[in-house]
Amino acid sequence: MDLVQTEIPEGFTRSAGGGHTEEYYLNMGPQHPSTHGVLRLMVRLDGETVKEIVPHIGYIHRSIEKMAESQSLIQNIHLTDRLDYLSCHMTNLGLCLAIEQGADVGVPERAEYIRIIVCELQRIQSHLLWWGCFAMDLGALTAFLYGFDEREKITDLFEELCGARLTMNYFRPGGCVSDLPNEFIPRILKICEHMKTTLDEYDNLVSKNMIIRERTQGVGILSKERALSHGCTGPVARASGINYDVRKDEPYGIYNRFDFDVPLGATGDCYDRYTVRIEEMRQSIRILEQACKDLPDGDFRSKEKPNYKIPKDEHSFSSVETARGNFSTYVVSDGGKTPYRIKYRSPNFSHIGAINDMASGYKLADLVTVLATLDPVIPDIDR
Amino acid sequence: MDTSTHQPVQQSVAERLDPHTATTPLGDWVRELCDAPDGGNLLSMTINVIIIIIAICAFSSLTAMVLVWMERKLAGRFQRRLGPTRTGPFGLLQTAADGLKLFLKEGFRPNASDPFTYYLAPLLPLTGAFMVLAVIPFGPSMWIADPELGLIFISAIAGLGVLALLIGSWGSNNKYSLMGGLRAGAQAISYEVSLILCFLLIVLASGETNLLNIVEGQQGNFWNWWIIKLPGAGFIAFIFFIITSTAELNRTPFDTTEAESELTGGFHTEYSGIAFSMFFLAEYVHMFIAAAIGATLFLGGYNAPFEFLPDGWWWLMAKSYAIIFLYIWFRWTFPRLRIDQLMALEWKFLLPLSLINLVFAGILIAMGWIL
Repeated sequence: MDLVQTEIPEGFTRSAGGGHTEEYYLNMGPQHPSTHGVLRLMVRLDGETVKEIVPHIGYIHRSIEKMAESQSLIQNIHLTDRLDYLSCHMTNLGLCLAIEQGADVGVPERAEYIRIIVCELQRIQSHLLWWGCFAMDLGALTAFLYGFDEREKITDLFEELCGARLTMNYFRPGGCVSDLPNEFIPRILKICEHMKTTLDEYDNLVSKNMIIRERTQGVGILSKERALSHGCTGPVARASGINYDVRKDEPYGIYNRFDFDVPLGATGDCYDRYTVRIEEMRQSIRILEQACKDLPDGDFRSKEKPNYKIPKDEHSFSSVETARGNFSTYVVSDGGKTPYRIKYRSPNFSHIGAINDMASGYKLADLVTVLATLDPVIPDIDR
Repeated sequence: MDTSTHQPVQQSVAERLDPHTATTPLGDWVRELCDAPDGGNLLSMTINVIIIIIAICAFSSLTAMVLVWMERKLAGRFQRRLGPTRTGPFGLLQTAADGLKLFLKEGFRPNASDPFTYYLAPLLPLTGAFMVLAVIPFGPSMWIADPELGLIFISAIAGLGVLALLIGSWGSNNKYSLMGGLRAGAQAISYEVSLILCFLLIVLASGETNLLNIVEGQQGNFWNWWIIKLPGAGFIAFIFFIITSTAELNRTPFDTTEAESELTGGFHTEYSGIAFSMFFLAEYVHMFIAAAIGATLFLGGYNAPFEFLPDGWWWLMAKSYAIIFLYIWFRWTFPRLRIDQLMALEWKFLLPLSLINLVFAGILIAMGWIL
């Protein structure tokens, strides 16, 4: 069998074949069970040990940023659903905030609360899916089903809220598309109560599991400096000890009114990334409880305009904290109905860039663990 | 060791082993059919062999069917869902439906693979399984072959399954397959050491390598089973047996060979259709065999837990399925170990402890401190 390629594949620093044993290249993806979508990783391996990883992206490119230029701002909201589909409320919110800033639109108090409630619910939902997939990538299939079981409860709520289960398209500039349905708040509180016990159950099943600890502790370490230089945000950066959360540092909406902690990791290994996300779910429950308690009556949306136009040469920028990190939207307008250019900044792109730093030197199985703790959503990168 | 307790047992075994005195309905029928006074002429032997082959084939396919159904049903229950419900009552025909689907699928062979090794590999694991099934005593007069060195035969044949994985992974000409096969080889060789140490403990305790004699040695109540009879050492050895046999079976948490999240399908990445189903079938037959060996060595085989209950194959089945339940429970609870951790577990933990346990058991036996 001819396992050794003679020419160096694109992106690698040196050819295989050096060292005391023959190295070889392995192509992981775009169709691979643990690359979460259509990410392709070229890996240079020495036996089981990963020497170098070159990620290739672009397999699900839909030119959303180009499409944005031929659609009105409000028509663009549904396209942001398709970026980070697991935190689409947050990406919706990112564009809505940018439009509100540029077109000078105010948001009623109730709408602000609804936004917080929905976004935090979705953060829990997204982390639940991540938790399940993380466990599945490590071989624990039951946890996958458990994660989806809890996620289903929140997805049902979203279905009742806006009719969609994945691509929500719920937020609008100046508020939301509709008010909360009846009995929504009591049901959220019920889910919060349920999630508290469920998270303890998760700890018993996965977090305290010896095999999980063996496989994640001290594996895939991303130092603070490297995390900064790669531009990592969100749970990945926080696990490396970078105290940065858009909700705390550049609060958007009414996040500054809520009392919550930003969990931090110490070493930046896979276990830290795991615990940070689990703790984030607990913090989201805290925010949800506060928001549900304080939810005022009133309008769910300020007066609708037929067209939201951003004045010529006005640049509007917004950052939101999605379940994966800092998602930024930059809108440049030429004064027309459609934006001149929209640029999205996805957190996943930076995380995938850091994968070589994290996983090289470890075993192939650790690469899967690292990838699972990054929680990448590839359509967000490719757009 | 007090040998006087073993003497009468051996005599009774010898009586049972004599094919002329053993009375089984099927055997009698064959002997009557062939009208052979000594029951040993060529025709009756041929018919016996044919019956044996049919019985083994039927038994292994039936076992695999039941186990696949059981695994899926239990997995469903562990995962807060129902498992198969639509195919037949309680989804009992799910395996048949799966098998039919696999049978009708295209037998796809990658161009770069080596046809001979590629097609040889799926045949081997079942062959090994049949050969082991032949020596397991299912009942007092229900066994196919009874070699004096039964345990050694089993440990020799057990390696055949891994050979199949190695051949298949090499013949597939796929890097994922090859990695799976190499992992399987490393894993099987390592864990076989501990497994044989568990066997050795039973050999030491019972003074026998013949499986039938080992079972007969555990007659009586359940405290005569080796798991309890050897205080402490038996139970530890049983736990080690469960761990090592899980590893030998390549099941979670030791399923690095398949590791679908890393190696897509491991050694069977390139197999489809009937070739894949052969691997799949063998996996479940192996699971039953491992459980049956565990039940035979540690849990008294076909012996009833209490003296007043009749012995029979149903006890072996019950004990085997209890162990299989454990395997299934493991699989749907634990995550997978990494290959180097797997090796460390064996060489740094299981092997030294097995040796210490063996010495401990030796002391117990030498001092006569057995129940």
